[in-house]
Amino acid sequence: MKSLVSIHDFSKSEILKIMELAAHYEANPYENILDGHVVATLFFEPSTRTRLSFESAINRLGGRVIGFSDTNATSVSKGETLHDTISVISNYCDMIIMRHNIEGAARYASEVSTKPIVNAGDGANQHPSQTLLDLYSIMKTQGTLDNINIMMVGDLKYGRTVHSLLQALAHFKAKFTFVSPEELQMPTEYKKFLYEQGIEFHETTDIMEHMPQADIIYMTRVQRERFSDTMEYERVKNSYILRNSMLDNTKENMRILHPLPRVNEINSDVDKNPKAYYFQQTENGVYTRMAIISYLYNLNKK
Amino acid sequence: MINDINTIKEHKVRAIKNGTVIDHLPANTIFKVLRLLKLEESTNPVIFGMNLDSKRMGKKALIKMVDIYCQEEELAYLALVAPSARVSMIKEFKVVEKREILPPTIVEGFVKCINPMCITNHENITTRFTTQNQHGEMALKCRYCEKITTQEQIEIIK
Repeated sequence: MKSLVSIHDFSKSEILKIMELAAHYEANPYENILDGHVVATLFFEPSTRTRLSFESAINRLGGRVIGFSDTNATSVSKGETLHDTISVISNYCDMIIMRHNIEGAARYASEVSTKPIVNAGDGANQHPSQTLLDLYSIMKTQGTLDNINIMMVGDLKYGRTVHSLLQALAHFKAKFTFVSPEELQMPTEYKKFLYEQGIEFHETTDIMEHMPQADIIYMTRVQRERFSDTMEYERVKNSYILRNSMLDNTKENMRILHPLPRVNEINSDVDKNPKAYYFQQTENGVYTRMAIISYLYNLNKK
Repeated sequence: MINDINTIKEHKVRAIKNGTVIDHLPANTIFKVLRLLKLEESTNPVIFGMNLDSKRMGKKALIKMVDIYCQEEELAYLALVAPSARVSMIKEFKVVEKREILPPTIVEGFVKCINPMCITNHENITTRFTTQNQHGEMALKCRYCEKITTQEQIEIIK
């Protein structure tokens, strides 16, 4: 039985298959393949947007949704273990989509469950549907995933989305520029990974330096609580804010992505620029999630 | 080197007739190793010394187990805490075999995941890691949270 817990669970060809399916669902946004099958959305940690995006995907595929959006009214609040919750609920449904604040919860659930698991985020670890929708957004705006020049900006140390996206894009020989304050640089293990794959990357604290070459600017939030030194935060916080005036010399095909929610790292004057793509990105999320659900559903049916 | 070992044998920890000797353990690993090899539960005589002088290591520890011959897989786990240790099988006071310590590819149980937010630290789950080389040292990647526990962070749980 195949689950999607980590982006590593999908090979390059499976990622491409998801891209193909997402494009299919964008062209055909209602297809009754689930035909009344039941999908459980278990949100042990609230995340309205991710949950609604998944539930929209399930509904468009003709499935029915059961689940919870916080644990207060469930037996989890009585102290039930994840093991028992998953063992029980996997008997009620055909697939489980779950978010949990504890890292590794989805992998463990996939060992316990009799039905496939889709990880909708496990703490700071993985959020593979986000990675796949990022890839689909890149594919759609650039026409390909190969040899993309991508600039990642902000908190590259703790940001799980950038780590997963980096690993996925490594299949496609992307060129990376990492822009972050010194305190939040890309961890060595990921740079070592790229080095071993023979993939080019630059590292800088200057957001403007490589912007003219970028096909994609992937923005993330720089959070105050990540800094051990608040003085340092105050000093750098404005260096990583994208403003419309900075985009003059960027490529025509360049698009700006952001996993959202944004706080102030993209100034609102960027929103009307046609290169801003972060709201369309959320629509792509629904098609990508339809693709993931239908792929796993058909695979596990055989 | 031979003199060094002989000196210790004679003066610090007595020789054994039959069994296993693990020498050149880093001095601070002795209790981890005793636990890893389940020697806390052993009913056989086990003799150990720590903070012994060593020309190569400065201070070291060693363990002698009477009438116990360690299995390959038990020794593989030694790589978790003491990859540079030397293992000798003793018969009739003679070294009959020297064993190399080959790190395991998968580690199940024994080690606690360093990540406090990992599910294995919240529910009763046997930990499971794959081993990988990080800067020449062994590192353990958690199957669940995917975080790395480095050699020096290894904490033995059973």
